[in-house]
Amino acid sequence: MAEFEVPVLSIKNLNKQFGKGCPYCQDEESLVKNYCPVCGTVYACRDVSFDVFPGEVLGIVGESGSGKSTLMQCLYFDQEVTNGEAYLADYHNGEKNLFQESSQQQRYIRNNIMGKVYQNPLLGLKMNFSSIGNIAEKLIAAGNQHVGMMENRGTELLNKVNIPVHRRKEAPKNFSGGMQQRVQIAKALSNRPPLLLLDEVTTGLDLSVQASVLDLIKSLQRELNISIVLVSHDLGVIRMLADRTLVMLEGRVIEQGLTDQILEDPQHRYTQQLVHSLL
Amino acid sequence: MNTAYNFAFFDEGSKREIRRATLKAIAIPGYQVPFASREMPIGRGWGTGGLQLTLSLIGKNDVLKVIDQGSDESVNAVNIKKLVSDTTGVATTDHTAEASLIQSRHRIPEVPLKKDQILILQVPLPEPLRYYEPSENETKKLHGEKEYSGAWLMLFEQIMKYGSMTTGADHPVMVHDRYVMAPSPIPRFDNPKMNESEALILLGAGREKKVYAVPPYTKVVSLDFEDYPFEPESFEDKHCRLCGSTGVFLDELVDEATDETFYQCNDTSYCIETLNEVEPFGVK
Ligand SMILES: Nc1ncnc2c1ncn2[C@@H]1O[C@H](COP(=O)(O)OP(=O)(O)O)[C@@H](O)[C@H]1O
Ligand SMILES: [Mg+2]
Ligand SMILES: [Zn+2]
Ligand SMILES: [Zn+2]
Repeated sequence: MAEFEVPVLSIKNLNKQFGKGCPYCQDEESLVKNYCPVCGTVYACRDVSFDVFPGEVLGIVGESGSGKSTLMQCLYFDQEVTNGEAYLADYHNGEKNLFQESSQQQRYIRNNIMGKVYQNPLLGLKMNFSSIGNIAEKLIAAGNQHVGMMENRGTELLNKVNIPVHRRKEAPKNFSGGMQQRVQIAKALSNRPPLLLLDEVTTGLDLSVQASVLDLIKSLQRELNISIVLVSHDLGVIRMLADRTLVMLEGRVIEQGLTDQILEDPQHRYTQQLVHSLL
Repeated sequence: MNTAYNFAFFDEGSKREIRRATLKAIAIPGYQVPFASREMPIGRGWGTGGLQLTLSLIGKNDVLKVIDQGSDESVNAVNIKKLVSDTTGVATTDHTAEASLIQSRHRIPEVPLKKDQILILQVPLPEPLRYYEPSENETKKLHGEKEYSGAWLMLFEQIMKYGSMTTGADHPVMVHDRYVMAPSPIPRFDNPKMNESEALILLGAGREKKVYAVPPYTKVVSLDFEDYPFEPESFEDKHCRLCGSTGVFLDELVDEATDETFYQCNDTSYCIETLNEVEPFGVK
């Protein structure tokens, strides 16, 4: 990482709470983990800041409930942040806080500058539409008006993620879990975004299928030199793909650094446990 | 005229309320305005949306035409005409040019509409994005943000499946460069008649409780792609067996005796008018 390299994505002090809060939970010490026992507010993401650099895979690891998915939803505008800032180098030279933009602008950003793959394919795909149609959806949303071009691009992408071309008009509901994730990946890549968000993409798949999807992500990342934010509760997945890693606990980033360093010399007690359980 | 009812069946308050929704619909071309759809003495799905608009608008001097898929004589059209004339006493007609109010299901008449006419179309499914997005809340947002990828995606899917945009009826249109609208199940052949129409066009959905409008002289464009332009049904080289007309929407029929295919105007009143015009010519 060069010293003056401009981040693709920069997140500053992102907070997301579910609930209004109350006088009692003004004092963070009174929370039980990330939860206020008095008013029930969940502080899902707390003061999260990080940068993602060009061509980098940034891993985010943490136990279930630590706020990883909420963070990704905020980045993709599926959820509104409580407060915080986000900047994309490819959007107004990284000078506009994405969270302040209109929902129309946020749609533009989603469709042109980002791609996302959800753990649950139901959230990322229209199960009754053809696979190639699912890819076309994102191309159309980015302004494409040419069927032939979209069909070619879709076929090329499905080929890239190893979906047999003759199945391109089939609906993802007919596909296995691994294939559905491949279609989601193809869709996410369709507009050649500089940034890809992956939330537990292999969780729930058989181990062998998991390995082949991870291999695919690895090779696509090398080929396209795309930046990836990769979320997983599984440190094994993170170890395989991430250059750098953030560790989240109860909504906070408690440790970050090069993945190798974190694995070799974890600082935080929680990270030490996590690394131990991997060995 | 049946005097057991208020003029035009509804009480004045109900009619005013429907007219208010209609005015809003005219002010926002292509936008679906909710209205409090009323119980009607005919079943929902039989044009109650259109009928409510007709009853709220009709005045003593109006002349009413009702057509069902091009026919003035169908049971459905006759029932609606009867209900309206029983409760208003207004005159009815088959002649498009004579009517001030035209309620129609699945067709726009062949005789071009004029500026003192109102066309009321019956709508079964007002939401053009419904198959793409089942939630009303979400489709509302999509309209609000002019996010119509879903409308084009549905056309893309048809091309993938059938090799062309074979929607047949109800091909979606963009109204006034702003709202995507379901034109109701009219054939693609009728879509261009909506563009810059001299007559006001109102669309009413009874079951879904929505009214929307294309005001006179409004731009209406059928959705398509650069390499798959919108195409109405074509009846090139075909003519009506009865009146000889070309360039109109024709029904394809089979002569059971000879097994031969022939064509006939779908708009029956147009066909009869054309026949009546042609005959004196032949006599001369
Ligand atoms: N829509 C929601 N409403 C209320 N609480 C939520 C909602 N979504 C997530 N949470 C809570 O936020 C916390 C973080 O959840 P999540 O981001 O899904 O964690 P992870 O992905 O790390 O497992 C959890 O305590 C979860 O219960
Ligand atoms: Mg999660
Ligand atoms: Zn509280
Ligand atoms: Zn004819």
